[in-house]
Amino acid sequence: MLRYATRRVLSALPIAFIAVTVCFFILRAAPGGPFDSDRPLPPEVLANVRAYYNLDQPLFMQYLLYIGGVLRGDLGPSMSSYDFSVSELMAIGMPFSLQLGLTAFVIATTIGVLTGMIAAVYKNKWPDYLLVLVVMIGVIVPNFLIGALLQLWFGVYLRWLPAGGWVPGSWAHLVLPVAVLSWAHAARISRLMRGSMIETLGTNYVRTARSKGLGERMVLARHAIKPALIPVVSYLGPGLSYLLTGSLVVEQIFGLPGIGRYFIQAALNRDYGMVLGTTLFYMLLIIALNLIVDLVYAWLDPKVRYR
Amino acid sequence: MAGLTQKDEVLTRYAEKLSTLKAPKGRSLTDDAIRRMLANKAAMVSLFVLAAIVLFAFVGPYFVPWGYSEVDWASIRKPPDFEAGHFFGTDHNGRDLLARTMFGTQMSLIVALVATTVSVVIGIAYGAIAGYFGGRVDAVMMRIVDMLYALPYILFVIILVVIFGRNPILLFVGIGAIEWLTMARIVRGQTLTLKEKEFVEAARAGGAKPWTIIFRHIVPNLTGPVVIYATLTIPEIIIVESFLSYLGLGIQEPQTSLGTLISTGAPVAEVTPWMLIYPGIILVSLLFCLTYVGDGLRDALDPKDR
Amino acid sequence: MSDYVLSIQDLSVTFALHDTEVQAVREMNFDLRAGETLAVVGESGSGKSQAFLGIMGLLAKNGRATGKAMLGDVNLLGMAPSRLDAYRGKDIAMIFQDPMTSLNPSLKVKTQLSEVLVKHRGFDTRKAEMTTIEMLERVGIPEPAKRANAYPHEMSGGMRQRVMIAMALLCQPKILIADEPTTALDVTVQAQMLDLFKTLTEDFGTSLVMITHDLGVVAGVADRMMVMYGGRAVEKGKVDDLFYDPRHPYTLGLLHSTPHIAHRAARLDPIQGLPPSLEHLPKGCSFNPRCAFCFDRCLEERPPLTPLGDEREKACFFEGPLQSKKVA
Repeated sequence: MLRYATRRVLSALPIAFIAVTVCFFILRAAPGGPFDSDRPLPPEVLANVRAYYNLDQPLFMQYLLYIGGVLRGDLGPSMSSYDFSVSELMAIGMPFSLQLGLTAFVIATTIGVLTGMIAAVYKNKWPDYLLVLVVMIGVIVPNFLIGALLQLWFGVYLRWLPAGGWVPGSWAHLVLPVAVLSWAHAARISRLMRGSMIETLGTNYVRTARSKGLGERMVLARHAIKPALIPVVSYLGPGLSYLLTGSLVVEQIFGLPGIGRYFIQAALNRDYGMVLGTTLFYMLLIIALNLIVDLVYAWLDPKVRYR
Repeated sequence: MAGLTQKDEVLTRYAEKLSTLKAPKGRSLTDDAIRRMLANKAAMVSLFVLAAIVLFAFVGPYFVPWGYSEVDWASIRKPPDFEAGHFFGTDHNGRDLLARTMFGTQMSLIVALVATTVSVVIGIAYGAIAGYFGGRVDAVMMRIVDMLYALPYILFVIILVVIFGRNPILLFVGIGAIEWLTMARIVRGQTLTLKEKEFVEAARAGGAKPWTIIFRHIVPNLTGPVVIYATLTIPEIIIVESFLSYLGLGIQEPQTSLGTLISTGAPVAEVTPWMLIYPGIILVSLLFCLTYVGDGLRDALDPKDR
Repeated sequence: MSDYVLSIQDLSVTFALHDTEVQAVREMNFDLRAGETLAVVGESGSGKSQAFLGIMGLLAKNGRATGKAMLGDVNLLGMAPSRLDAYRGKDIAMIFQDPMTSLNPSLKVKTQLSEVLVKHRGFDTRKAEMTTIEMLERVGIPEPAKRANAYPHEMSGGMRQRVMIAMALLCQPKILIADEPTTALDVTVQAQMLDLFKTLTEDFGTSLVMITHDLGVVAGVADRMMVMYGGRAVEKGKVDDLFYDPRHPYTLGLLHSTPHIAHRAARLDPIQGLPPSLEHLPKGCSFNPRCAFCFDRCLEERPPLTPLGDEREKACFFEGPLQSKKVA
């Protein structure tokens, strides 16, 4: 198991490295820079600034300097928030983004799995039809629209929940963002789970389990869930990057102080250091979570461990 | 965007089916497929609504008394008013919302078509080359695809915005250039099976060059997967576009798109709900219809029971 | 009370298709004595498996079983699944055709076995696992303690079928239903498996229902047999009687289609044609299109199952001796 895990990590790290490299060169190749503005800086000041950010060096040298910094844990200075380093800014946004993302991920996956099972067990009866409708909305309606509508309804008309903003430690402020983020994810999980559960319930080994007189609840809980989860778990990887996309929007809609907003700000301001830093952060996050997903997968499907 | 319309699953299953057939041909719309499509009520209704939306977007502007950026100083933030000719109301700048919604839909559709076309072209070329030449070329090319798959797509889209920021069409050429991965995989799989077929052997024996074979004999047989791919990619791009526009990274004022409209409508929806609701309805119907048409086409072209 | 452990009365199994109903089993009757082995023989589609899946409450969702299945004084049919679970696995157990797919791939063997004892015997996990290992040893699995910790995919087909047998016999059920238990196995393994069935059912006093299309299997293990065709029983009786003196043309046909080592020279004489589709059974006797002895009455009227004495019954109008006439 440990060897399996190590192998997965080792094969994933190069991808993070490539991503950062590609981003680095694309950004540098793009026309315009972080210090273009309506009122140009005096040439000598600009020269100083460029020297400070190593922008006066040859491109490849800049790259080496950057990678060297990253390996030492230094993501460099931010180019638009002059007084902060990228690491400092990320340290501010990261706890929040992680809290939001992981809460939504866990909740949505749980709900998706449960509703998928319910839909499968009540196939072609009313709970199934109802769930299929909710799932369809989650899959098709873009999350910013769902977000805007929920915000309007629960935050503005009913005033049940805060419409946006963030107070540290307040769960009420998280409800709507998490709901929006979860809906789409849960919908996809639910759809997958329904399909694979229906398939599993038709297998011979579930029939065997029934023939043993275990009772339907035991048959579902012990014999059907584990195999039915396999396709769901293999979707969690792609699902994560999808969730990440959603979090960019959700942080924007509800005015939340997460990394997603820094990333978009940074992209707009051409803050190279910040864009690269956040990209790296997202890559590492995805790799870490994918690793967990892989391990769960190996637990679910004993055959995988031997490959 | 991974899994946005579950395009990957749909197409992979479709491609698997094709390759298990005795005579795998991504055949174009045969009589049989057309009949099955006609029998699919959800898809036919969707097709009809879709046609209506396309007309609305491209023909509608000629029948609306206001231009999309024309300001009516007499009515700013007014709800739908039939006498003044503002059927959807006006926005905070006094611009007619109906005209803007039409223009926005048009923009969303154009952008989706451009990006889809780019991704289809790249995907076919890449996949056909990898599949046709096979061996090490194939291995390296598909390894690259696998690696790109693992990257968080949306980060690259946003970085592209930085590069092409002010030019929407260029931006979506860029997005198309990232979208092609799925297409390449499917085309490669198809090419691998097609190149063993007699007609390709015959062409090769007749001394045809690889490029001729690829574009004359293999590409035309990919119609089925390409049609399905395109109908599923268009809604995906529409979502990406509206998503970017929503974040303020896509289409810029005074031009507009469905995403931009929703993004300006959302924060003020309490006061001027029509600014959110009309573009929202169009966007959602568009996405639903495209999805059902895509599903319908997949079922109609399903090679299973042929 | 009768000395029968299982008594089936007028069992019918129907499947609802989108606009029609298909009857897979029609008015089946039989009794099973304690400790005996009954073979149920027929081609695929004759309804032999569906009849017993119906008794076990394991039909597909669109399937429905009617009639009576008396396990002692209890009617298993029409019982709520939750009540049925008190008997399934405990008094009446079933083994399925394909050992490769009938065990859960994601659970250890011991988990799948011991849960039966936990449920029906109320054992704690440790005791259940010990009993499991003993049972694995009894069905001839080498290193049972080690094998108990394995996953099904780490075992061969024969090994898995042994596990299935162990699983079914854990609670020493009164009745064991084996649905083509040897079909998916190698010939050499088949013989071992039949042996195992014989010994174990004798040891436990379990009645065995052996569903099969293979008359070799029947000859090896069964006391009595029931031949099914088109969803109905067409002939019943002691195995020896039916083998040496078949009274139904279909039984005769089956015997002639079986290769026999002793009569190597004799050419096989297969039954002509295909088994009927259950949706379109022919009028009169279902077997009439393929029957060499068919006459006018068979085309019009369905022969009822009539007792011939000495536990024999047949459903055929033809009264003459079958052997003299060559089949088709």
